[in-house]
Amino acid sequence: MLAYLIRRFFAAAVMLVVIVMVVFGIFFLIPKWAGVDIALSFVGKQADPAAVEGVREKLGLGDPIYAQVWEFFKGIFAGRTYTGGGDTIHCAAPCFGYSFRSEQAVWPVLTDRFPVTLALALGAAVLWLIMGVSAGVLSALKRGSLWDRGAMVVALSGVSLPIYFTGMLALSIFVYGLDLFDGQFHPLEEGFSGWFGGMILPWVTLAFLYAAMYARITRATMLEILGEDYIRTARAKGLKETTVIGKHAMRSTMTPLLTMLGMDLGALIGGAILTETAFSLPGLGQAVLNAIKNQDLPIILGVTLVTSVAVLVANLVVDILYAVIDPRVRLT
Amino acid sequence: MTAPLHEPTAEAAPSAADEAAVATASAKAVQGRSLGRIAWERLKRDKLALTGGIVVLFLVLVALFAPVITSLLGQDPNEYHENLIDPLFGTPTGSLGGISGDHLLGVEPVNGRDILARILYGARISLLVGFLSAVVAVILGTVLGILAGFFGGWVDSLISRIMDGLLAFPQLLFIIALVSVMPNHMLGLTGSSVRVFLMIVVIGFFGWPYIGRVVRGQTLSLREREYVEAARSLGAGRLYILFKELLPNLVAPIVVYTTMMIPTNILTEAALSFLGVGVKPPTASWGQMLSSAIDYYESDPMFMVVPGVAIFITVLAFNLFGDGVRDALDPKASR
Repeated sequence: MLAYLIRRFFAAAVMLVVIVMVVFGIFFLIPKWAGVDIALSFVGKQADPAAVEGVREKLGLGDPIYAQVWEFFKGIFAGRTYTGGGDTIHCAAPCFGYSFRSEQAVWPVLTDRFPVTLALALGAAVLWLIMGVSAGVLSALKRGSLWDRGAMVVALSGVSLPIYFTGMLALSIFVYGLDLFDGQFHPLEEGFSGWFGGMILPWVTLAFLYAAMYARITRATMLEILGEDYIRTARAKGLKETTVIGKHAMRSTMTPLLTMLGMDLGALIGGAILTETAFSLPGLGQAVLNAIKNQDLPIILGVTLVTSVAVLVANLVVDILYAVIDPRVRLT
Repeated sequence: MTAPLHEPTAEAAPSAADEAAVATASAKAVQGRSLGRIAWERLKRDKLALTGGIVVLFLVLVALFAPVITSLLGQDPNEYHENLIDPLFGTPTGSLGGISGDHLLGVEPVNGRDILARILYGARISLLVGFLSAVVAVILGTVLGILAGFFGGWVDSLISRIMDGLLAFPQLLFIIALVSVMPNHMLGLTGSSVRVFLMIVVIGFFGWPYIGRVVRGQTLSLREREYVEAARSLGAGRLYILFKELLPNLVAPIVVYTTMMIPTNILTEAALSFLGVGVKPPTASWGQMLSSAIDYYESDPMFMVVPGVAIFITVLAFNLFGDGVRDALDPKASR
């Protein structure tokens, strides 16, 4: 187990370096090849030439590429000081960049918004696991029944609906039509019930999409497992059907779901952008949307980097959990 | 020499009673059925998939002939009809978002552009990006997947690691990042064409690992088959084996994953346009219509429902058709 852990951590560290390099490539190298002035796009559209030159100097865009990557990487661990154009800006560690446009470091923006996105993702995950897994199991057990076909049609519709459209429909029905919620986000510090009321529609909407996918996967996996020999053995031993399904079949069904959950949760940290936009939730996704509108590249860069790291961590956690559940994994 | 999938299927055993019947039966057996024919016969029986396929065909025709249809209806997607807008609220006059004989699906708030015309033109963007990005993904995925599976060793390790990495990244964010750092003029294109081009390339680039993984796995198992060994022992070169022996057997999984990828790509395009990194106004796109509709979900819900339903129907039709194609081409299913 220890060897497995060391190997996984090492692989994750390598991935981290790769991620930083890929993100750096997207924001600094590709635009350069495409002929974009990077300094100009970091300052924003209506900047005067002096400010652009200042930013060029601050980011060290004239330096060789490896030096730029190193400065960028070092900033994350040791902080970074931008000098040039007659002024100095200090960005404390962990420095994920500095927005010259809104004149603030990126990291505090991320930490402010991260809890909202995390709450959205986790709350929705609990809901979609309950809905998706139970719908999938029921469909698999009553294969071909009206329930099965109905549930699969709903699931297929679920994956075919853009989430922001479902979100807007939910808003217009439950907020405008039935007046059940006020459709606003309230910070948790202002009280639990207000926060909960504001989050419930985003949770359900997001969970609906994922529940559809999880139901389809659960059904397929369950059907496959129900055909295995050990299930027949368990039944032949005279075990109760609830034990056969609940204990024997469920355990094997959970493993692929766990892998998916890890990847989806990680991806959701960045992918919640659509849900957050539809419901005006002040999370990371909304920060990206505002940054797109204001051409504020450092914020997009920071969110991209942080969410990639979140995906990495989520995958690492899943891999470790996987090894705990299924000992065979440790050998590979 | 040919693929196992093309083997003639055994027909019913000849009855000894009638010699003529025996002759026809054996003639049939020799003729055999191609994979495409078998798949088509199965697909014909699948009502849901067939419906999906018909809707897809209809949408493709609508997208192709959008200018003809709109001019027949006497509408233009970018023409303003401010006389149909309530000056006080900015919403269309008349019921249900201004539906009338001239404007079958109503008009947009504020400027009064015809929604049907914009939906028809929006279909062009959606399908164009959906199809072409799938083509990019298929080409990259097939080439790299075959290389990884066929050559193995470090080539395989490198390509597989890249695929794992790409699949693990938050793709939507990377696509947003890539599209937003790109210039507004490139390769002689300007405005919306740049964005369409970028979306095709970038969505395709993030989609190839899905196909690449499947192709790699198939290639790995196929290259150990006897017929490949037979070809090799007859002195066939690597390229011959790749193109003449392996590729024909990879067609089925590639077709399946392509049909399943198109709806995902259409959703991604709509999401990008919704977030403002897709096509630029005034070019019509479904995602962008929905993003303008956000401000009117109370006062003019029709404006939101029409593009939303358009996306839903399109994606659902592709999904139904894709599921049907997968079932039809599944070699494990009984024939």
